[in-house]
Amino acid sequence: MHSNDSVVALEALPMNLNILYHFGRFVMMLRRGFARPENWTMYWKETARQMNDIGVGSLLIVCLIAVFIGAVTAVQFAYQLSDSFVPMYYIGYIVRDSTIIELAPTITCLVLAGKVGSNIAAEIGGMRQKEHIDAMEIMGVNTVAYLVMPRVIAALVMIPMLVAIAAFVGIFGGYLASVPSGIISSAEFDQGLRYYFQSYNVVMMFVKALVFGFILTGVSCYQGYHVKGGSIELGAASTNAVVYSDILILIADYVIALILT
Amino acid sequence: MIRAEGIKKSFGENEVLKGIDVTFEKGKTNLIIGRSGAGKTVFLKILVGLFTPTDGAVWYDSVNFSALNKKQLKGIRKEVGMLFQGNALFDSLTVEENVRFPLDMFSNMTKKEKQKQVDYCLERVTLKDANKKYPGEISGGMQKRVGIARAIVQEPKYLFCDEPNSGLDPKTSIVIDELISDITKDNNITTVINTHDMNSVMEIGDKIVLLHLGELAWIGNKAEVLESENQLLQEFIFASPFLKRLRASALNRG
Repeated sequence: MHSNDSVVALEALPMNLNILYHFGRFVMMLRRGFARPENWTMYWKETARQMNDIGVGSLLIVCLIAVFIGAVTAVQFAYQLSDSFVPMYYIGYIVRDSTIIELAPTITCLVLAGKVGSNIAAEIGGMRQKEHIDAMEIMGVNTVAYLVMPRVIAALVMIPMLVAIAAFVGIFGGYLASVPSGIISSAEFDQGLRYYFQSYNVVMMFVKALVFGFILTGVSCYQGYHVKGGSIELGAASTNAVVYSDILILIADYVIALILT
Repeated sequence: MIRAEGIKKSFGENEVLKGIDVTFEKGKTNLIIGRSGAGKTVFLKILVGLFTPTDGAVWYDSVNFSALNKKQLKGIRKEVGMLFQGNALFDSLTVEENVRFPLDMFSNMTKKEKQKQVDYCLERVTLKDANKKYPGEISGGMQKRVGIARAIVQEPKYLFCDEPNSGLDPKTSIVIDELISDITKDNNITTVINTHDMNSVMEIGDKIVLLHLGELAWIGNKAEVLESENQLLQEFIFASPFLKRLRASALNRG
């Protein structure tokens, strides 16, 4: 059961208090989601479906973006280093570290906020508008647990995997851009890749992937679940899901960088 | 039996329901009628627990539905079925999976028992052949019947229908009305229907409740509709010029 009275009043609050209202509502939504599933099999099926949609469904775009990011990084650094005394094998080193620490987790998740986030907001928002959520509520289904948690769990499993793949592909993109074109030799690139490797950076990459994955699915589910009105509001929810996810990912990126470095 | 006691509902300053007392009887098709904005949908949503009343209570037989906690509410939900105006069928599931959804979620039945129950419900709504199709592949009338099959698959004691005839041609509307009426009587359940359809009122209205601007304007049955001198009821029932002319000619003939 829910009452709309307080919602109407709170949505009219000034922007700074409105953020607190949305944060509070987001936390309450998550709290409702941590409930014992009515049927484990049904929840597992939904989680598996989401893992397929988020993971397999995004693999191609993630690889495509990663290969170009790695390639552009390599070409740009080759240009920067061309007139310097810094050895050229540094290209491999810079491509590796910039990809692992920053580009793979952040760019991948910004892209996924656009692809997966908008899809989640539109799908759940559509279910709200077509009374699917009401139908489930009347049956006795905990709709937050059934619709939100499988998506969040699927993202927490699949997004770190996608980010890891993006890191590999990004480095491979750097190799493709710098070795066949004759900027550096394969041996130099290898030397750069092996130079001063810190496994802690990989840990940081996975921390970022987990946090960003949670942000982009959590925000998108929240936007979709609370959509009201018609197609304009559904479009706005989908856009908001992407915009707010992107902003929060960038803020989280900064905070993680401060904490972990 | 479902009893609404002094139901009031306000959204901010806007008072949508102004204290409604009515009893919906078991084994009967109870119709809520009224003009757009009369508060029918809000009232129905309060009856099924999607909205909390500002004041008043809803009783399901001897249980105060409005006072139930979440756990108790979950228990009684299994006794409630609802057919939505837009059917609310899950697009990613086939007809059969849609009907089986409540059983998959809540029942301890074996796979075989579930299938038997789903087959029975689909047969009840004469849709056995469409079980593997998706909602997008069947007509509006068929979707309505799937909605009914899903609503009755858990053998509910209380059935709610929100505008079951909306978007349907007159002939299909009659089929849906008869189906709901038959299910109500065969299963001896309490059915509450929110409708605009005058044919439904005259054919299956065992009990009719007219709402007007959030207030109860008239209660009766289909036999009493034509005899009633309630101005609001007559204006609502004979709103169309065609029906007005029909009524006038019937009265002239004596």
